[in-house]
Amino acid sequence: MGTITFVEHDGTPHQVELEDGTSLMELATNNGVPGIDGDCGGEASCGTCHVMVDDAWIATTGTRTELESQMVEMSPECGPNSRLACQLRATPALDGLTVHLPEFQM
Amino acid sequence: MTSNSSLFQRTKVRVTDTVQATVPTDRVIQGVGLAQKAKRLAGLETPLVFTEEPIPDPADVPLEEIDVSNPFMNRQGQWYPYFARLREEAPVHYQPKSPFGPFWSITRYADIQAVDSNAEVFSAEPFIVLGPPPFNAEMFIAMDPPKHDVQRRAVQGVVAPKNLKEMESLIRERVQDVLDNLPTDRPFDWVERVSKEITGRMLATLLDFPFEQRHKLTYWSDTISGSADATGGTTHQDELFPAAVDLARNFTALWHDKAARRAAGEPDGFDLITLMQTSEDTKDLIKKPFEFLGNLTLLIVGGNDTTRNSMSGGVLALNRFPDEFEKLKADPKLIPNMVSEIIRWQTPLAYMRRVAKKDVYFGGQFIRKGDVVLMWYVSGNRDERKFENADDFVIDRKNARNHMSFGFGVHRCMGNRLAEMQLRILWEELLERFDRIDVVGEPGYVQSNFVKGYSDMQVQLTPKPVREQTPVRVEATSGA
Repeated sequence: MGTITFVEHDGTPHQVELEDGTSLMELATNNGVPGIDGDCGGEASCGTCHVMVDDAWIATTGTRTELESQMVEMSPECGPNSRLACQLRATPALDGLTVHLPEFQM
Repeated sequence: MTSNSSLFQRTKVRVTDTVQATVPTDRVIQGVGLAQKAKRLAGLETPLVFTEEPIPDPADVPLEEIDVSNPFMNRQGQWYPYFARLREEAPVHYQPKSPFGPFWSITRYADIQAVDSNAEVFSAEPFIVLGPPPFNAEMFIAMDPPKHDVQRRAVQGVVAPKNLKEMESLIRERVQDVLDNLPTDRPFDWVERVSKEITGRMLATLLDFPFEQRHKLTYWSDTISGSADATGGTTHQDELFPAAVDLARNFTALWHDKAARRAAGEPDGFDLITLMQTSEDTKDLIKKPFEFLGNLTLLIVGGNDTTRNSMSGGVLALNRFPDEFEKLKADPKLIPNMVSEIIRWQTPLAYMRRVAKKDVYFGGQFIRKGDVVLMWYVSGNRDERKFENADDFVIDRKNARNHMSFGFGVHRCMGNRLAEMQLRILWEELLERFDRIDVVGEPGYVQSNFVKGYSDMQVQLTPKPVREQTPVRVEATSGA
């Protein structure tokens, strides 16, 4: 179905196979990508799967929902393209997506 | 819209602001204390007093009479069996007449997560312990958005992972100093000499509070959270108000002292007061003294017995499950995951309280607007629906990080990375020095329905041969 790339804060990239319907948080944690915790198991209630979508892709993924905002906006690293990875579902349209990880998860 | 009630609200705010700005805070608190004492002496108010009695097994109590607010449950080892029964038979359970009044108990992991994540229906106001605290401190843990968000953002920098990096080496130094001065020829009280001591040092660091007076932070925090009316604890009101007055005086002085030192050219540190004074949103927070005091109090209470009881709990867990200690020594890289498992197994705060803002159907029950709802983290963390062999301590448990000891949603523990960092550093330093950390006898348990803690724990240490003592350093997870 394609791949997406998680880029750590220090620039280290991690390419991961997309699995249809799986959240990006699960993709990261299942593939040992460091820098995403997903402590609440994907319920948008911990804020530890914060990712920043590349400018080229934000139109495709869309910006964050209000549900995501209430958690991710607590992070000092939150930017306009910040999303919670647990609320982003993998689809073929995301093949080639790059997201950046913040320096810290809260 | 100018209704009578909003005029009243506006007047109330104006009066409160004026009082705050003109009457010294400690005098206000003193006033509240004296008024309470007068009420008591006049027989107008009767504070709760709890006397310990044997608690029957849950199977012997009719379901509708089960009352898990009993502050001796932990001491008698009864919480786990009671919650197991509730999870199975009445996962949303109503207790109509506890000493604290009526309340609902939510006991399954998934249900607790749902309530915690729904701040619109389940409010954290006016307080998050079961019964009323002695005075109304302005703490953002007991506020709803949007006011909550503003207040939390103002102070979260002090425990943000970026700041923790600055603090790590100082915290490590202090842990090393504590451990290097422990007796190894006889048992001693771990709670006093290690858990309380390290936590106290950390709190003093966080606030840049005079190091030699750090025990005051621990004392104030324990006194406040020990209110019988609030949590079934042992603090008498006559002790509580002097402690609160002392806290108010000291924290006010701390602010002014720091401002003076910075004005005299002292370089900025990473402590909370400095952060407040150098941030646009909070540089004048001293002019809202109840907000200032409330948030400082929250930070010392939040970071006090929680971390302390996790430090003690980890030692107890490894004693009850000795194979896990061997597993740990064989692979110290398990420390970060073990830290999460310790926090799950211990669950330092048993619950958080909410109030329903409207009528709601939940878990097959009808919860009315205004009803008190308790989210029993201690139960959710032992829910077999989420954690396999939930009562077992398993340091490489795959979903240890899914524990709910930090809560979920907007109130999720702000200090969680600091707690994890302290525990990680503690276990790195312990593994370097000691071959055995044996609990002697049974620990004492704190009387409380809120704080799940140890009052004392005798421990005997066996040091490693000096030549085998090499530093242990493991990668933290993505926080600190």
